[in-house]
Amino acid sequence: MHSFDMLLFSMKAATANRSRTILTLIAMTIGVSSVIILISLGDSARRYVVEQFSSLGSNLLIILPGRTETVGGPPPLLGETPRDLTLDDVVALTRSTAIRRIAPIVAGSAPVSVRQLEREMMVIGATAELLEMRHLAMSQGRFLPPGDPTRGTSVCIIGSTGRKELFGSRQALGQWLRIGDRRFKVIGILGQTGMSMGDDMGEVVIIPVASAQALFNTESLFRVLVEASSPDSIDRAREAILTIIRTRHDGEDDVTVISQGAILATFDRIFRALTLSVAGIAAISLVVAGIMIMNIMLVSVSNRRVEIGLLKALGSTHYQIMGLFLTESALLSLTGAAIGFLLSIVSIELAAVFFPEFSLQIAPWSLGFAFAVALTTGIAFGVLPARRAARLEAALALAQR
Amino acid sequence: MIKLQDIERIFQVGDEEVHALQEVNMTAVAGDYLAIMGPSGSGKSTLLHILGLLDQPDSGTYELDNVKVSDLDEQQQAEVRRHKIGFVFQFFHLVPRLTAAENIELPMVLDGFDPAERKKRVATALEAFGLANRAGHRPDQLSGGQRQRVAIARATIMQPSVILADEPTGNLDRAAGIEVVNILEDLNRQGITLIIVTHDPALGNRANRKIEMVDGRIINGHG
Repeated sequence: MHSFDMLLFSMKAATANRSRTILTLIAMTIGVSSVIILISLGDSARRYVVEQFSSLGSNLLIILPGRTETVGGPPPLLGETPRDLTLDDVVALTRSTAIRRIAPIVAGSAPVSVRQLEREMMVIGATAELLEMRHLAMSQGRFLPPGDPTRGTSVCIIGSTGRKELFGSRQALGQWLRIGDRRFKVIGILGQTGMSMGDDMGEVVIIPVASAQALFNTESLFRVLVEASSPDSIDRAREAILTIIRTRHDGEDDVTVISQGAILATFDRIFRALTLSVAGIAAISLVVAGIMIMNIMLVSVSNRRVEIGLLKALGSTHYQIMGLFLTESALLSLTGAAIGFLLSIVSIELAAVFFPEFSLQIAPWSLGFAFAVALTTGIAFGVLPARRAARLEAALALAQR
Repeated sequence: MIKLQDIERIFQVGDEEVHALQEVNMTAVAGDYLAIMGPSGSGKSTLLHILGLLDQPDSGTYELDNVKVSDLDEQQQAEVRRHKIGFVFQFFHLVPRLTAAENIELPMVLDGFDPAERKKRVATALEAFGLANRAGHRPDQLSGGQRQRVAIARATIMQPSVILADEPTGNLDRAAGIEVVNILEDLNRQGITLIIVTHDPALGNRANRKIEMVDGRIINGHG
């Protein structure tokens, strides 16, 4: 029997019962498209996070006050901080050759007001180095002036959203605003940088770090960003940081140093694992669709007993009948897969139009994965009905009308 | 040329063994016209199934055109069915989703015939059986007589040496029945061996030879 004739015969058989065909196709379509959509969403989320982190620069180290080991008592997330991380520590760190730039950060929330308009906003105390270390861009004016970080001047930089909320359409550059009970002069406005590490940079106010310490009445730094002099000297920089802090803090290792690369790798791993497990869950729906195909084919075999008996009487071999029924279930699952492909591609493209900031796109390997699982389940679950058909007693089947 | 020797067929029904066929011996030469007759349960259908290689005897040998077909494997027997045996059933057994032409074409499709040759043979058969204007009709759009003519066309399209007909008129009115019998007898006159299973004496008496069966045995007419 020619394979084209086989295909034609199976196609006619598969489409003979319309509701049966449609139900099978729906099951397969849902299975395949959920695999593709879930994998693509997971993969897009992974790429989004990785991109966000890599935008921070690759030789970045972050110093957090406190230790990651627990120190007894109820387990705190970051140990205890017996000693603050201070601006003097930062000044001491700048002497290390392994460190190119260093940016101390104080962060907090404070009421920001212009005339009668008041907003609770995120206030970040920083130095001139932050601009380049976090790849910020200015749309107007300039960033914090370089100089002694311990001197606090009354200037500030505001984000684009904050500018709109506080000043409306009026000129903001050169105006004064009030943070808590202090007055600051707006010397710059940040460009559109979008989300960065979860903070919306559009809604922050950046002031000199010493001014922020005074504002929040604290000596302690929230964190310190350190840029190693080269990607190779990250480990040396880490050592230098730990040594310097240890000598300054009476021999105690009371800071935690994490590297950008390590965070990135961790997030990458987490998201890959998440995507895979989601793909696994979605694959279960494909297997369910496969079982549905099996049931439908089994019903079909018992409904078509006479036809199978006839095919045998006309001289079909065991293998021919198996081939016909396997082709039929493979056709059903592949057609379902094709519709699922279309459906998932269209929905991902649509979602990408509505949420452009998440850079949604189809993960190419999800197509291959879904296709392989669909074909395998279609054929694997087709084997049982096909064997049942091939083993049918022709004489018995033909005796019924 | 058909030769059955000491054919036994035993069915297991519950605890009991039922001898559907016992010590069956028969021969039929090419061009024979035989009627197998007997009451229901006499084993005539089982005999027909064994003749058509749809059932295997428990013992005994079956020779068809000098080939010991009872020794062949499943695949080879399928081949013999395809080329040498044509079936005509009481309930026609046409594939409901296929047209008359496609039903007639089916054995050639299964055999892997060249499509052009298929079309030619189907056209000839449709003409010969008076179905030319019914080619595109599906079985449910055909009358009983037309359906059985499609079935006979399908049975003969591979030019078999034997036609096995199981109550070919059992589901037809008188006129259509006579028409179908005439067609079958025509084919027999062209040299095809015709074996009809029936319990209708009128039909059985038309055959050149009658084989009467009771309780799985042939009681007369062997030879």
